[in-house]
Amino acid sequence: MPRVKIARKSTVTDMTAMCDVAFLLLTFFIMTAKFKQEDPVPVAIPAYTKTVVLPEDNIGTLTIGGSKVFFGVEGVKIRETMLEEMGRLYNTTFTPQEKATFITLPTFGVPMSQLKAYLNTEPSKMKAFPQPGIPTDSVSNELFNWIRQARLADRALFSKDLRLTIKGDSKQEYPTIGRVIQILQKQKVNKFSLITAQKGAAQ
Amino acid sequence: MAELDSSGGGKHKGGKVRSKKSSTRVDMTAMVDLAFLLITFFILSTTLNKPKAMDLAMPDKDENKTELPVAASRTMTVLLGSNNKLEWFVGEPGKTPGTVDNYGKDGLRKALIENSEKVRASHGGQPMIVLIKPSDKSTYENLVAALDELNITKIDIHAIVDITPVEVNELKNNKIY
Repeated sequence: MPRVKIARKSTVTDMTAMCDVAFLLLTFFIMTAKFKQEDPVPVAIPAYTKTVVLPEDNIGTLTIGGSKVFFGVEGVKIRETMLEEMGRLYNTTFTPQEKATFITLPTFGVPMSQLKAYLNTEPSKMKAFPQPGIPTDSVSNELFNWIRQARLADRALFSKDLRLTIKGDSKQEYPTIGRVIQILQKQKVNKFSLITAQKGAAQ
Repeated sequence: MAELDSSGGGKHKGGKVRSKKSSTRVDMTAMVDLAFLLITFFILSTTLNKPKAMDLAMPDKDENKTELPVAASRTMTVLLGSNNKLEWFVGEPGKTPGTVDNYGKDGLRKALIENSEKVRASHGGQPMIVLIKPSDKSTYENLVAALDELNITKIDIHAIVDITPVEVNELKNNKIY
């Protein structure tokens, strides 16, 4: 009896299509990925059991750490309008160059008097620039005005309510946080979010 | 998996020298591997990095609003002191002795559950109201921890209120200020 021969099939598969798809997806994810912004101060966020995911746009973040307050708004247009309005309030005019630098900043923490100097610093040296934080006292009212202008800009441009979030350091003592909350409440922002890490499932 | 070069190698007939036909196929296994590895990385890093937050609603500070009077016996006040310690009491400050506690499972959570049940029993099913008063010596983490315990114990009526000098003294007496 002749032996039944099993036809040998090639084990090689054509991977061209798979490769195409893989690189297409890869390109898409690289393009859409947004890298984590570095905080100006080390911030260890506290944990909370029930959290919601924040939207990506229409958001303003107050970073608080080391008794300093930093402010940042998502959206280039809002930042631009906010800066112009702030310049008007504090009698400062910004050059197009300074504006262009400002809209790239994810967050900042300098008083108005130092803002021009900060914006004119070389990009490579910006990190070394000592940022004292935005003044929260009621005399200059700077943080109040920044938040107010950001909210007004969002309302004027996109007719949305800016969602404000507080990103505080765990070890930050309460008075600074309390002052920021007070500033928010002064402009009737009674609902805001605290950025927290997800704690393990509650017992 | 690797391709075997099956062309060539045999004896040529007629002594004609033919150039060896090399395969135009390229082994793409490694490339695909790498591409998928990167895809996995980007998928994970984009969805996992979304900031998570908790919503916080503060009471309206408008002076024109009339506030409803609430029985002091229904409120539990939590004073946040230093060194990750807190003090709580039911009723009015100074009149009822406070208890120094911690933020753990057997500390604040236990106190909240017990007091909530007590208030519910003595006030005909009405829920307890919790006032959180962070002192200047407490940290942000303490505040979030206290809010977290309220969330776990499902006490919906709570507010963050400014601390009064009487209560600061209370904390000082208990050496957590």
